[in-house]
Amino acid sequence: MTPTASAALRAEDPAVVAAGEAADATVDQARPVIVPTGAAPFKTGSFAAEPKVKPEPGPLVPERVQSLLLAVAFPLLLIVAWHELVVLSGTRLVPTPYQVGLMMVDFAVGGIHDDAFSGTILTHLLASMQRVYGGFALAIILGVPLGLLIGRVKVIRQLVDPTLSLLRPIPVTAWLPLSMIFFGLGPRSAVFLVFLGAFYPIVLNTVFGVRSVDPKLFEAASMLGCDGSRMFRQVVLPAATPSIFNGLRLAHGFAWILIVVGEMTGVPTGLGSVIMDGRNLSRTDLIITGMIVIGIAGIATDRLIVRLNNRVLRWSPQHHG
Amino acid sequence: MDETPRRDFLAVREVAKLFQIGDELVAALSGVNLVIDKGEFVCLIGASGCGKSTLLRIIAGFEQPSSGRVEIYGHPVTGAGSDRGMVFQDFALFPWLTVRENIAFGPRQKGLPTTRVREIADEYLNMVGLAPFADRFPAQLSGGMKQRVAIARVLANEANILLMDEPFGALDALTREQLQDELLQIWARTGVTVIFVTHSVEEATLMADRVVVMTAGPGRIEADIPIMLERPRDVSSPDFNEVRRSLTQRLTSHVRRQLKAA
Repeated sequence: MTPTASAALRAEDPAVVAAGEAADATVDQARPVIVPTGAAPFKTGSFAAEPKVKPEPGPLVPERVQSLLLAVAFPLLLIVAWHELVVLSGTRLVPTPYQVGLMMVDFAVGGIHDDAFSGTILTHLLASMQRVYGGFALAIILGVPLGLLIGRVKVIRQLVDPTLSLLRPIPVTAWLPLSMIFFGLGPRSAVFLVFLGAFYPIVLNTVFGVRSVDPKLFEAASMLGCDGSRMFRQVVLPAATPSIFNGLRLAHGFAWILIVVGEMTGVPTGLGSVIMDGRNLSRTDLIITGMIVIGIAGIATDRLIVRLNNRVLRWSPQHHG
Repeated sequence: MDETPRRDFLAVREVAKLFQIGDELVAALSGVNLVIDKGEFVCLIGASGCGKSTLLRIIAGFEQPSSGRVEIYGHPVTGAGSDRGMVFQDFALFPWLTVRENIAFGPRQKGLPTTRVREIADEYLNMVGLAPFADRFPAQLSGGMKQRVAIARVLANEANILLMDEPFGALDALTREQLQDELLQIWARTGVTVIFVTHSVEEATLMADRVVVMTAGPGRIEADIPIMLERPRDVSSPDFNEVRRSLTQRLTSHVRRQLKAA
């Protein structure tokens, strides 16, 4: 063994790597310097292989400001285009952004139109949220365990999978009449539709997550004395988590889509019923207001899911949303 | 087979393994017999496809032999067990657990008190020199560090047989030498039995008490060669090169004979 090689070998020594880690800041600045000969290039190479845990300091804030500006610029542009198109075409069927803005303020705090919808946003938003999150939660409680079982247990896969594949292509809206018979004209029917819509993406993504786990992880766990239900809790579930979160985000989107359908079945409250009323009264400003509130509520929850995702999956930066 | 007065530590008896590939049955192993003593360091060597990994997986209990059996102190192996710890080439660490939690995985399954689990984990963290990285996730480690975690994980689980499937094959040359050295030290200190699959003659010569040469079609044991070199071994010494050369010759002569037969 040459002296160079043995010197470089010691760079792999954890103690040396640890020392390098402690001096990381200085090494970081020193990195661009090219060392022409000797053991040093090996050493720096070894440090370079050392993964970074600390985020790079630097132009983070301008980057965020830029991304915020761009994110706001596009909808602003759309609003301007909307305004111009309404004014130019002279239509009375579509309100201007300003009229919708007035409606939104009225919907939130009242004092402008002073009609049945003034200041009622919380009533409708809370009613819809209850149904969305109720159906969504039900879909998680049933969908995730079922997905884990289908993914891991062959008999259950053979038993359930063909039926699921048969039911899945049926549009959830096709269940509307039946759901009204089962659950009556009311919120329970809406919850059922939301549940159905959220259930399939959660099950499918959970199954996919389990099926794509490296089988060696199960072997490793079983040789370490893990089996049965502990295997599900300690290996199958965490290994499938990235995929489960994908399913949750998709399902959450479907849940908000379906709440509008669900609330068109004659419930007195909810954002879907507001939109339905707007249609019956030819109040397009009300319809668009309802749409915008749904969009905002949806994106807010989606951000929450992403934050939870990043927290739970902090071991896997590639899965961060 | 009858009870013998002296029970072998680990015995592979007449093991055969058939795989179904399409409509064809392919024999991966045929008539494999191997006895390994407690504390031995045995290298399985051979070209790819000779069934050395399959044999290792059967010993681990991950796969069942089509016929024959594996015995430990005369008791047949029926599945994976914590007495045998596999170290995989691509590590197979639990990516959602930190280094410490990975090492603590086995002790935790035994239902030991939390403080005891932590003690054990810290002991093996120190043994493989990873204490400063205890709270990192596997994705934040280099390949050499990951493999140290994998070794610590099976040792912490009180495995007394280490099954290593080309464990250093995915590592760069420098890290490999470092880990070979560390493994030999751990082996000497703990007295574990090691079955080590490799395709490197040099690695086998450096590490093994015995080199078991396997050939393909169907996989079987062709030769069982003791390595008499004193430890610690010096890869640059003439003796080492002599042993390595003769081992290489035996390997290539088998391959040549096989080619002629085919």
